[in-house]
Amino acid sequence: MNYEAIVIGVSSGGMNAMKTMFPLLPKEFNIPIIIVQHISANSENLWIRLLNDKSNLEIKEADEKEKIEHGKIYIAPPNYHLLVEKNKTFSLSIDERVNFARPSIDVLFESAAEAYKNKLIGVILTGSNNDGTKGLKLIKEYGGLTIAQDPSTAESGFMPASAIAAMQVDYILSLEGIINLLIKLTQLQLYK
Amino acid sequence: MRYKDTTELEISSLLEVIYQKYGYDFRQYSEAHIRRRIMNKLRMSGLENITQMQSMVLYDETFSASLLQDLSITVTEMFRDPGFYRSVREKVIPLLKTYSFIKIWHAGCSTGEEAYSMSIILQEEGLYDRTTIYATDFNQQALNYAKQGIFSNKMMKEYTSNYQLSGGKESFSNYYISDDNNVIMNQSLKKNIVWANHNLVTDSVFAEVHLILCRNVLIYFDRNLQNKVQKLFYDSLIDGGILCLGSKESLRFSEFHEEYSELDKQQRIFKKKY
Repeated sequence: MNYEAIVIGVSSGGMNAMKTMFPLLPKEFNIPIIIVQHISANSENLWIRLLNDKSNLEIKEADEKEKIEHGKIYIAPPNYHLLVEKNKTFSLSIDERVNFARPSIDVLFESAAEAYKNKLIGVILTGSNNDGTKGLKLIKEYGGLTIAQDPSTAESGFMPASAIAAMQVDYILSLEGIINLLIKLTQLQLYK
Repeated sequence: MRYKDTTELEISSLLEVIYQKYGYDFRQYSEAHIRRRIMNKLRMSGLENITQMQSMVLYDETFSASLLQDLSITVTEMFRDPGFYRSVREKVIPLLKTYSFIKIWHAGCSTGEEAYSMSIILQEEGLYDRTTIYATDFNQQALNYAKQGIFSNKMMKEYTSNYQLSGGKESFSNYYISDDNNVIMNQSLKKNIVWANHNLVTDSVFAEVHLILCRNVLIYFDRNLQNKVQKLFYDSLIDGGILCLGSKESLRFSEFHEEYSELDKQQRIFKKKY
């Protein structure tokens, strides 16, 4: 399977998780990563710059209408939902909160599942609510690959546990395990 | 070619029917957004599929009215993005002060929270009496709500904090009276607001104005429609007039990029070149 995008949903404990994961990705990593991190409405994006300094890949806030490109990590801006269009560009919306969240993981995952169908990987990491469970189920229904962080290794295990309880998740792994799997999947694609 | 899935086909057909029958044009809206809204409506309505929804739109006006409400975005708040309103005070107000009569167009005002915010700033800056604010939206129900100027009590804590962060000079509670559930905004705040039904997609220029605020509306439009509405704004602004967009909206990809200078890059405030 040639995957075209990875979507990641992460909530409480997310900063540490991202600090652990992103520096491990090599610069040849060729699948775009799109992230919803629950974050307060008025926060600055300084943390994105700090993450960027430690990463081999460019990490940036997703702009509306921006074309999704390989080798980049996109993060949803605070107080906006992030959606993926069929033409693989981003849309933003200020619609009502979903699961008390804006950006909401479900909103990203569901739109991405419709855009990428079975060429999508969905990942649920640490968090203390159930946002993302519905979205991950839809990714599975479209034939995409689903991954949850092993709740016992998560700073807050509730969010991955919610996904695991709701469906047959393909892989349940630690952060390092998830990164190794993603790298393996993309290396296979390189040789095709 | 890329084949469309059934839902996509049903949605484009539904949007065509809505446009042909009611004149509301969602055909150039962000597809992912419209799909989300329609799928929510489908779940709530208990209908089987979007084709059934289409016959409801053809034959049931009550259903159609509620669907149109669902397709319209009514999320807003007073002094949304306080940093933006601070910049309006510091950078836009001094420019407005140079005019003897000021016209402001608040495009896509929804339930009016941001129009009232603007009235408050203008009163505090001593400009209100020589200003007319045209607050427009295509959603008549939202406009009717806006006109009343009655808002839920629950939000006032957040609005007060927004107001203070934006550089407010008074006690925010001076601007309303409250009962158990609601606040009623002071009558004087709406004295110079003209509430009017205007559809950015299908209607044209109606006035020449000094300042346009259109925040978090264009994000719902595709690139073509964004350009069309940008032309409408450009044609409506006087030379040297000010355009305010939402905090994640830009002119970067617009045909009018070169026609404006940046008054505040971060807060997305632009000035039409002479």
